[in-house]
Amino acid sequence: MYDAGKVILGIVVFLALVTFPLWYNLAGEVSVAAPELEKAEGSQCVQDAEWMRGHHMDLLDDWRDEVVRDGERYFVGPDGQRMEKSLSNTCLSCHVNKDKFCDRCHNYMSVDPYCWDCHVIPKEVM
Amino acid sequence: MNLFFSLVVIAVLIALPWLLVGAAGLDYLFGVIVPYVALAVFVVGLIMRVLQWARLPVPFRTPTTCGQQKSLPWIKPSRLENPHSTLGVIGRMLLEVLFFRSLFRNTRSELRDSSRLTYFADKWLWAGGLAFHWAFLIVVARHFRFFLEPVPWCVSVMEGLDSFFQVGLPIIYLTDVIIIAALTYLFFRRIINPRLRYISLAADYFPLLLLLGIAVSGVWMRYFDKTDIVGIKELTMGLVTLSPVVPEGISALFFVHLFLVSALLIYFPFSKLVHAGGVFFSPTRNLANNNRVKRHINPWDYPVKVHTYEEYEDEFRDVMKAAEMPLEKE
Amino acid sequence: MAEDVKKPEELIQIDYGPPKRSWMDPTVKFERGSYNYAAVKDNQEYLSLPFPRKWQPYEDDWQLPDGWEEIIFKGFKERLEKYRSLRIFMDICVRCGACADKCHFFIGSGDPKNMPVLRAELLRSVYRNDFTTAGKVLGKFAGGRKLTVGVLKEWFYYFYQCTECRRCSVFCPYGIDTAEITMMARELMNLIGISIEWIGTPVANCFRTGNHLGIQPHGFKDSIDFAVDELEELTGVRVEAPINKKGAEILFVAPSADYFASPHYYTLLGYLQLFHEIGLDYTWSSYASEGGNFGLFHSAEMMKRLNSKIYMEAKRLGVKWIIGGECGHMWRVVHQYMDTLNGPADFLEEPVSPFTGTRFENTRATKMVHISEFTADLIHHNKLKLDPSRNDHWRVTYHDSCNPVRAMGLLEEPRYVINSVCNNFHEMPENTIREQTFCCGSGAGLGTDENFEMRMRGGLPRANAVQYVHDKHDVNILLCMCAIDKATLPPLLEYWVPGVEVGGVHEMVGNALIMKGQHDRPTDLRGTPYEQDGKEGDDNV
Repeated sequence: MYDAGKVILGIVVFLALVTFPLWYNLAGEVSVAAPELEKAEGSQCVQDAEWMRGHHMDLLDDWRDEVVRDGERYFVGPDGQRMEKSLSNTCLSCHVNKDKFCDRCHNYMSVDPYCWDCHVIPKEVM
Repeated sequence: MNLFFSLVVIAVLIALPWLLVGAAGLDYLFGVIVPYVALAVFVVGLIMRVLQWARLPVPFRTPTTCGQQKSLPWIKPSRLENPHSTLGVIGRMLLEVLFFRSLFRNTRSELRDSSRLTYFADKWLWAGGLAFHWAFLIVVARHFRFFLEPVPWCVSVMEGLDSFFQVGLPIIYLTDVIIIAALTYLFFRRIINPRLRYISLAADYFPLLLLLGIAVSGVWMRYFDKTDIVGIKELTMGLVTLSPVVPEGISALFFVHLFLVSALLIYFPFSKLVHAGGVFFSPTRNLANNNRVKRHINPWDYPVKVHTYEEYEDEFRDVMKAAEMPLEKE
Repeated sequence: MAEDVKKPEELIQIDYGPPKRSWMDPTVKFERGSYNYAAVKDNQEYLSLPFPRKWQPYEDDWQLPDGWEEIIFKGFKERLEKYRSLRIFMDICVRCGACADKCHFFIGSGDPKNMPVLRAELLRSVYRNDFTTAGKVLGKFAGGRKLTVGVLKEWFYYFYQCTECRRCSVFCPYGIDTAEITMMARELMNLIGISIEWIGTPVANCFRTGNHLGIQPHGFKDSIDFAVDELEELTGVRVEAPINKKGAEILFVAPSADYFASPHYYTLLGYLQLFHEIGLDYTWSSYASEGGNFGLFHSAEMMKRLNSKIYMEAKRLGVKWIIGGECGHMWRVVHQYMDTLNGPADFLEEPVSPFTGTRFENTRATKMVHISEFTADLIHHNKLKLDPSRNDHWRVTYHDSCNPVRAMGLLEEPRYVINSVCNNFHEMPENTIREQTFCCGSGAGLGTDENFEMRMRGGLPRANAVQYVHDKHDVNILLCMCAIDKATLPPLLEYWVPGVEVGGVHEMVGNALIMKGQHDRPTDLRGTPYEQDGKEGDDNV
């Protein structure tokens, strides 16, 4: 083998990169499972949970546009009740702990939503 | 024909997971077994390939010199285009690997009025190639948020920069746009340019289509047909920590994406894609032009039949003598 | 020959559009003017090469030896194991097409198989078929081709339509060097006795007599002596030109055309003047009377066989170091191969200029200095009395020869010399000089008359660039430092750019060099009288 040193160094770097996640996660000694979310206080969400997992950001985005641009502040919830399109007042009234609900997944997925750039986090959900 | 063949293969690669995960419930096969096999083939295959190259001798030192040599002290040598030291070679290789230096030289020749040849700088291939490779690197690096827990700050910073313009929801990554645009360009230039169409093999269309399939399925999943990515991260974390699980509720589209990535990994070591490793072994680029300073050894050198001076003088002694030339033997 | 040569207007109607048929179907027609004759049987025998026979490329039956496919397969396998370059170049091409229009033969012919990528694919397709899993399983779909007589004929046609100039390798993102691929393909063909006459004959000559032209020792001495006499007539100075002189400090090796062909000859006069004027203690050698090495165009083994003479002769004569003359591929061999092939040169000393004290550190191991390095150093240290106005009748441009540029990096030394001895120097367009220089179209053994049309095609980009400076700056001479250039550029320019001469750099040095004890020199080295009304004539009035 020629240039053995350089070739072996290259292979070691390659292997280190490929297996990096394994070492990193083992060294972290943290649970790698999806985070447990705190149970919501209400009985029913505005959409079913499965849909919400993938699309909650679309819902909030739509709400924002409808409220801010068109002034449509209310919608009819799944149980026929009139509800306010509001992150702080509606969503967080059931999901009372941002830290144990929103943040857990967002941190797990390294997502940094800009909701809280404008919205003040209510004291009681901090 | 080559294009058609590639399209058919890609269609099959997409249809397989799409149909089988949904209908036959082969989640575990496509979510765990195939990715593991693919990664193993990729790692072992690429290392074998590299070792195969490394075992081969480099009998001669033949760098392609693209600038002034180092000779007289008052002539400025071109240290990167014609490196005479290891440092220069490293610089040259970095320019080559990170910025595609040689491709940057590209020109297009044209014969005008059947009389004058002209040469234009033509940077499109360079730009397209560089855009694709860098975007691909960043996209892959970004995916480490699916493989690491906690997600390290550098990955988050990269994501932040990549979504600098804060357009769309989720925010559109620049590299997603760039990689698809670049691959589309690289693909269509093969089809539209007759000269390139003429030289293109199935092995040229296929990787481009495969990469496009991967990029488009990924983009589709992120922006259009959203899915539960927490579940996906559970799956990927399970894979990288060697405790695989396949959570419920992951869309078929994800399995298509994963299967195409697996196909790429398997295809990689046996195709032209090995240029990624091979470029480091290219003897016209990775050697210093110090030939007359330092002797290069050919490991398989062997003695050859030569014509010695004695044989020469024996044959020509008479005429040399007549011409009064000096002789070894009178 | 002249009557059936196409006219330039006709030849330049080039169709760059690729044909309908896939390149994988071999189609070669051996038409007059675009191929080389086969190597002569006697020479093949003299060199103990395999399967010597009488055959010609245009014949249907090439009288291939039994089992020739197996011979090539084995030879291919052997080379894949001996050359990392070959394996890498077979494996990593992505067919990006950057090299396509960088080849002078493609630009001049439009033949798609003259695109470096397809030239390499001719070999690569067989590699894939015989040596890769994908090729063995998928065959044509993986771009594999079986080696057939048709494919072999294609190899012959196109690998003897590559001048190993390495221009494509400058542009390739992986540095894939078609010269290397061509060398390997030619080696493979040699194994079954397929080579060309214009390589076989010079190689056999060189092996026997020490030079490509087959000049025997007394003929060599005659030529040098004749030049000494003529120089005396031109300058009034009698120079010494020792041959086979033991104990000289320096051995001088030049391409044989320098002392036997024109316009090379004027460069020889320049060398002789220069060496005399500085009082160099040197010698020529009749045994190593060839700097060039057509073995390079044949095989690594043949290159070694021919090159061995230089060091052996340096040792026998007991010189301290070596200077090499103006030659292109010679410097590819000297710079990149000689020490590896026939070194170490531990019996020589590290070259030091006896006049300036400059240590040529860049040749510490090989101990052979390029004459332009040597001369540039002399001029830089004001060791020469030069009158550049003696070249005022020349409006010069400079052709970088492929090998010294792309296998060495000799760019500034010749330019420095030219600028010191000429007042009117104009560069050709930047995409045609330095590392992007275009080949003369006749290198690597292709400079034959029977290959005339292809040579004119291959030389088109070079000629076209000369045309540009001829039109723009009235350039009337193309300088170069390569014996093949000096032999093949004159017909090229006569064909495409009539009115431009070809000359060597040291011819210009000779013209400009003021010699001690010279008489009035009314003509330049070519015997062309200087005009009497200019300042040249002032002394004579």
